[in-house]
Amino acid sequence: MTSDHPHDPGHDHDHARTFQPDLSEPTSDAALIGVALRRLMIERGVYSAEEERATIERMAGANPGNGARIVARAWSDPAFKERLLADGAEAIKELGYDLSPLEFTVLENTDRLHNVVVCTLCSCYPRALLGQSPAWYKSKNYRARVVREPRAVLAEFGVALADDVEVRVHDSTAELRYMILPQRPAGTEGLDEADLAALVTRDSLIGTQRDLTPKDPAAR
Amino acid sequence: MSAPRFALGATVRIAERTPPVHHRVPSYAKGQVGRIVRVCHEHGLPEAYIRGDGRPFQRLYRVRLDQKALWRDYAGAAGDTLDIEIFEPWLEPAE
Repeated sequence: MTSDHPHDPGHDHDHARTFQPDLSEPTSDAALIGVALRRLMIERGVYSAEEERATIERMAGANPGNGARIVARAWSDPAFKERLLADGAEAIKELGYDLSPLEFTVLENTDRLHNVVVCTLCSCYPRALLGQSPAWYKSKNYRARVVREPRAVLAEFGVALADDVEVRVHDSTAELRYMILPQRPAGTEGLDEADLAALVTRDSLIGTQRDLTPKDPAAR
Repeated sequence: MSAPRFALGATVRIAERTPPVHHRVPSYAKGQVGRIVRVCHEHGLPEAYIRGDGRPFQRLYRVRLDQKALWRDYAGAAGDTLDIEIFEPWLEPAE
């Protein structure tokens, strides 16, 4: 496409393809109530627009890397792991994370146990720590099925489990937020915490992935 | 803060009722018998928030249910379980 032609019909570039979609204007009652409520809160000084902006930016900055960092610390430091499993909310304060008053709860996978998290009633997720949940986590399909046929759902994610591995589903119905502590992959003995954290995926923190793969040393 | 009514390991039944307000007990768990696997903190009861701030706060527990008992057609292994958060007013002692 050239940019120096006179702007007349008949030229060959496609405006439809370069057009950026705008944010849609709120039209539903629910959306309009949201707009009005926000305006009122700011007008009444409950919070300021700047505080709202900063909060959104902080929430948007949360990502699974935070969870990976916690997992890598637990793999490297048995005493931290013990504190993490006993009281996750307190333990992650050591790394500078605070989710209170939510009770952050870490569940450990073992050779005989696989944990997976769901919120059947809505989409509870430790968002302030791990960022936005994946779209499938919020889907009715996942929420309805993973409680009653977890092995079938896990198989669709590529997790095949023998019958002697217990599957434990955690339904996040109230004030707890969950993260899985996946198993440390074999062959990672020499890795430091930063390299270990790089092995941890978002889905392994939810439980829809079980086996983590050490990166090929030649590729590093 | 009041002392927890149920201890770790206690067998409990989840109440089978449907208050006409927002509550956070999914229907599949109502009437089920399980065991306490974690005694959590006290928090606002969801159905009490319609009157204001959810107070008085209530003790929360994690209750473990057996999947084979939960779903008649459960196709997974016999030892599979499901853990769920339930507030104290929804729990009764069970055999």
